[in-house]
Amino acid sequence: MSNPNSQEPNPKRPPQTDTKIVQDSYMAMVQRKRLYGGIVLLIFVLMMVSGFMVADSRNAGGFWDGLKNVGDYPADVLSEAWEQRAELPGYLFKFLPALIETINIAAVSTLVGVVAGFLLAMHGTRGLAYFPWAIPFVRRTTDIMRAVPEIVIALLLIFVLGGGPVPAVIAIAIHTAGAIGKLFSEVAENVDLKPVEGLSSVGANWTQRVLLGVLPQVAPNFLSYSLLRFEINIRASAILGFVGAGGLGYELRNAMSWGPGLFDEAAAIFILLFATIIFFDQLSSRYRNQLAEGKSA
Amino acid sequence: MLSISGVTKKFGDKAAVNNVSFQIDEPAFIGIIGRSGAGKSTLLRTINRLTDVTSGEIQFENSCISKLKRNDRRRWQSECAMIFQQFNLVPRMDVVSNVLHGTLNKRSTLTTLFNLYPTEDIHRAVEILDRLGIAEHAPKRAEALSGGQQQRVAIARALMQDPKIILADEPIASLDPMNAQIVMDALRRIHEEDGRLVIANLHTLDTARRYCDRVIGMRDGVIVFDGPPEELTTEAAREIYDAGDDFSEEATSTEIGVLDRTEMVAAVA
Ligand SMILES: Nc1ncnc2c1ncn2[C@@H]1O[C@H](COP(=O)(O)OP(=O)(O)OP(=O)(O)O)[C@@H](O)[C@H]1O
Ligand SMILES: [Mg+2]
Repeated sequence: MSNPNSQEPNPKRPPQTDTKIVQDSYMAMVQRKRLYGGIVLLIFVLMMVSGFMVADSRNAGGFWDGLKNVGDYPADVLSEAWEQRAELPGYLFKFLPALIETINIAAVSTLVGVVAGFLLAMHGTRGLAYFPWAIPFVRRTTDIMRAVPEIVIALLLIFVLGGGPVPAVIAIAIHTAGAIGKLFSEVAENVDLKPVEGLSSVGANWTQRVLLGVLPQVAPNFLSYSLLRFEINIRASAILGFVGAGGLGYELRNAMSWGPGLFDEAAAIFILLFATIIFFDQLSSRYRNQLAEGKSA
Repeated sequence: MLSISGVTKKFGDKAAVNNVSFQIDEPAFIGIIGRSGAGKSTLLRTINRLTDVTSGEIQFENSCISKLKRNDRRRWQSECAMIFQQFNLVPRMDVVSNVLHGTLNKRSTLTTLFNLYPTEDIHRAVEILDRLGIAEHAPKRAEALSGGQQQRVAIARALMQDPKIILADEPIASLDPMNAQIVMDALRRIHEEDGRLVIANLHTLDTARRYCDRVIGMRDGVIVFDGPPEELTTEAAREIYDAGDDFSEEATSTEIGVLDRTEMVAAVA
């Protein structure tokens, strides 16, 4: 900037035309992007409207009629539960084993999913993968595992293996591995490779390089993602109970489909479920905060 | 003992190291100089096998190390220590653990997982740290040390490998002159006392002159100088650095006092 010559026009490269070309091509790009954006928005709106209309016409009795009844069911449950409130502590105790089963399913599937996701992340990250040529393949596999919802895998497995906790564990673990694999590999991409190179230079094997060179750098991050995932998986595990995977969700479906008469049990299950989810939510967010603070300290 | 014949390493079409040959018959302190991008780092990395050669052969004591695969390659790496400009330690681990990493090739993955290094090794690690004058930092995290201290930890890790060769890639380029001298003195002492072959990439002529028994000059991937430091005249240096008549030798210096003697303008030009 201190060079006075820089203000004089350069005879070799007329800056005007150059800048003009860049401006024009950039404007063309901006307009193209805006056009695409507009089209996407239009498609989105159309899909919303048509989807709503389809749902409305398919719905027995119609959405609008149902809407008026939305409040009725909880009101029934609540009023019945209130009448039977003396029974509630007993029910809470009765469903404790089911609750433990639900948490168990979540814990096992989180553990299996996190380990699998960690391996997927390491093998899908440039600079860390054992087989660099397999990175695209590993990444697509991770994407597919993440894209398929738990409930689809669970229904499929329940059809094949029958009901019970095993299909639920497998289903949640697969989805967890996909989700965790993606999150972990994003963290691992920003890992400092210098320590890994140092370990390579002494003749350390792949596992040693990952354990000593990568894990210390990413452990706090990975732990906090895993806790978050555990919390999500408790919800997933309860929902899968509905389709026959056992645990609290299964009891809830029984209680609810029996109709009036067991609504007090349903209320007890709801209370247990909410309490559990809130408890683990609080627990994991506290630990995650601690980890985040510990990292900056 | 070490013989490099016709080694070429290409990145795409560009040869970073181009048909390089030289031979080292006995343990010595060898310096490789050349300007940035000359291929010094690439050459050292092919010797350690962090990088594979495109063509050519590297022989060490009658075994062809450029063809080693998997376990054999890692065993070679454990005998051929490497020191980096940025130290390449594990910053979150303590100093002794970092030194013990020098033994990883002999240790199983399980030992690594549970940090079960033998007591003798731990004692030896501390002795090596003591030899380098940093034993009191043993329990600290590596990242808590100064650059000069970290580089000495890296040298300790190299010694822990009990290597036949020590390769040092610009070991003092990110250090101040005081620490640079401590580190270079340590490397020279290791060569003299233990009789190990040391090959160091250096970016200053005076360091090369002061510490090396033999200097190899590289330019654009090719060796353009190979001889004792006495033959490294200003003419030869101009050739290596591809500089014109205004080339000032002090411009490549980091030693205390040298820059005071020259005009800074000349140094920048
Ligand atoms: N991994 C790589 N991929 C592509 N090109 C590379 C790679 N490593 C090195 N190069 C190229 O090879 C050439 C030699 O690089 P090298 O790092 O060996 O030089 P150097 O002499 O060590 O330089 P410096 O003094 O800057 O460290 C450079 O042109 C560099 O751009
Ligand atoms: Mg280099």
